[in-house]
Amino acid sequence: MRALTGNPAASRKGRLDIWELLIRLVLIIASLACLLPFLHVVSKSLSSDSFVIANKVFLWPQGFTIEAYKKIFADASILRSLYISVIVTVLFTILGMVLTICAAYPLSRSQLKGRRVITFIFLFTMYFSGGIIPDYMNINNLGLMDTIWSLILPLSFSAFNLLIMKTSLTSGIPVSLEESARIDGAGHFRILLSIVIPLSKPIIATLSLFYAVGRWNVYQDALFYIKHEISLRPLQLKLYYLVIQASESFQLEATQVSLSNPEVLKASVVVFATLPILCVYPFVQKYFVQGVMLGAVKE
Amino acid sequence: MKVASASKTNETALLRNKQGLGYFLQRDWQLYLLLLIPLSFVIVFKYLPMTGLVLAFKDYKIARGVWGSEWVGFEVFRDIFSKPDFTRAVRNTLMLNILDLIFSFTMPIVLALLLNEVKSVRFKRVNQTMLYLPHFLSWVIIGAIAYQLLSQGNGVVNNLIELMGGNRVPFLQEDTHWLISYLAIGVWSSMGWGTIIYLAAISGINPEMYEAATVDGAGRWRKVWNITVPSIRATIVTLLIMNLGKIMEGSFERIFVLQNKATTEYTTTIPVLVYRWGIESGNFSRATAIGLFQSVIGILLVITADRVAKKLGEDGIL
Repeated sequence: MRALTGNPAASRKGRLDIWELLIRLVLIIASLACLLPFLHVVSKSLSSDSFVIANKVFLWPQGFTIEAYKKIFADASILRSLYISVIVTVLFTILGMVLTICAAYPLSRSQLKGRRVITFIFLFTMYFSGGIIPDYMNINNLGLMDTIWSLILPLSFSAFNLLIMKTSLTSGIPVSLEESARIDGAGHFRILLSIVIPLSKPIIATLSLFYAVGRWNVYQDALFYIKHEISLRPLQLKLYYLVIQASESFQLEATQVSLSNPEVLKASVVVFATLPILCVYPFVQKYFVQGVMLGAVKE
Repeated sequence: MKVASASKTNETALLRNKQGLGYFLQRDWQLYLLLLIPLSFVIVFKYLPMTGLVLAFKDYKIARGVWGSEWVGFEVFRDIFSKPDFTRAVRNTLMLNILDLIFSFTMPIVLALLLNEVKSVRFKRVNQTMLYLPHFLSWVIIGAIAYQLLSQGNGVVNNLIELMGGNRVPFLQEDTHWLISYLAIGVWSSMGWGTIIYLAAISGINPEMYEAATVDGAGRWRKVWNITVPSIRATIVTLLIMNLGKIMEGSFERIFVLQNKATTEYTTTIPVLVYRWGIESGNFSRATAIGLFQSVIGILLVITADRVAKKLGEDGIL
């Protein structure tokens, strides 16, 4: 540590010293640790059985083949799970955003009487909840068990997203703008639709991504609420039974596609289930970082 | 709505221009109407389940319903406290989460400090993109990748170990190894993502402080230790308090995908027990009680941590 204090000016100019190299090395190792596991699974999914059984696949496909993927696309139950996941995610995201905007806009207006109490009612849910069993019984009592709605309705309100949206609207939509619109005779609905929403597109996009990725990745509620309707299983749950629990085998086991090793299939299902996320990842990452930073802003 | 209007009357009484509740309702009815939609959702899906907590104090019989079942006071709690599984679950939950706090909580801080020391913007960006990736994967996918990597029979890590002449390791099939794998997977999935908030805090530091330190002859590590770390202390404390509240919780999804029959010693945690007792065995009273126990302890921990933080001169979160 002492040796380093020798020439402070040099390190500020960005010259590569031994510490800079060491830091970079640590960071490279850390990021490779994040990337390589996935790369391995992709390679495995594209390799032929014999190489996988012989434990010869590391980071590059051996005996390249897409047989496993052919099999996935021939399996109706996996495709249906994908379909359910897409439907649920889209509906959930739309509903989540409607609820967030409907709550955030009024609460961001300082003229609203009682907004502190109402804000508290919303935010309290962040700190205390009934818990797994009361939630489960609630869904049961509402008759939502084994329906697609059990995956859409209960989680659709997020107090955290409300906080972000509210902060953004409070600072982003000045009261003067709203007042001038009111003088021109616009009501709150009109202001919301033609001023607030268009002006808040970036934050709406960000929060929609939060909702969508969140919904896409959760499997706990499906595990609890989708018990008997196997056809309603979203992709993550299907994946759970198929790969982790290995209690389900591929539907079309005896088709023309011949694969004897479940390992290759498992790997390709993992990749298949990750592809949607990977496709949007480069685009959503930036928004996510923004969202997290917004969330970090305390009011 | 009732609570809201009650406070309204209180607040209006204090107003100089003594306008009544009716005035606001009339002026802002559209806003109240908008609020009704999310409020009804929160009431139905968040507050209504809270009434189900009474199950913890009842001997729940399906035939008699929640309200028809008999009150038993703290009998259910006495019952679960005497169960060895409960003691084990509390011990495991505390142990896993404290270890998680030590590793998964500190790793992002270290990474953020390191990332901040890198001057090349491009190098930083490429690294961050890779580090953020695991955050976007679900626990099922992470679990599946973990099995592909770490399984004893054909996991690639074990293949490599064997190739280098070592013995295959039961990473996920034996209790102690499982514990280490569990922690490592936790660090893996969250380390990159956690840096964002610290990097944001670091970017808010006044650069003049570094310049002044440079003039005073401070080296790289001295600046990190005496400027960067103290500047992000408030952020660290806030996140620490929030994490302390979760110390009795732990992610059900994470444990559930990584658990297997061979590793029940450490995988019996509170959320897993709630699932096993409640949803698998249908003992709702018992499972509700253990869930309530966990939330109450969680809230108490947050409040205590917040108090302590404030005593030490930090902002706290409450």
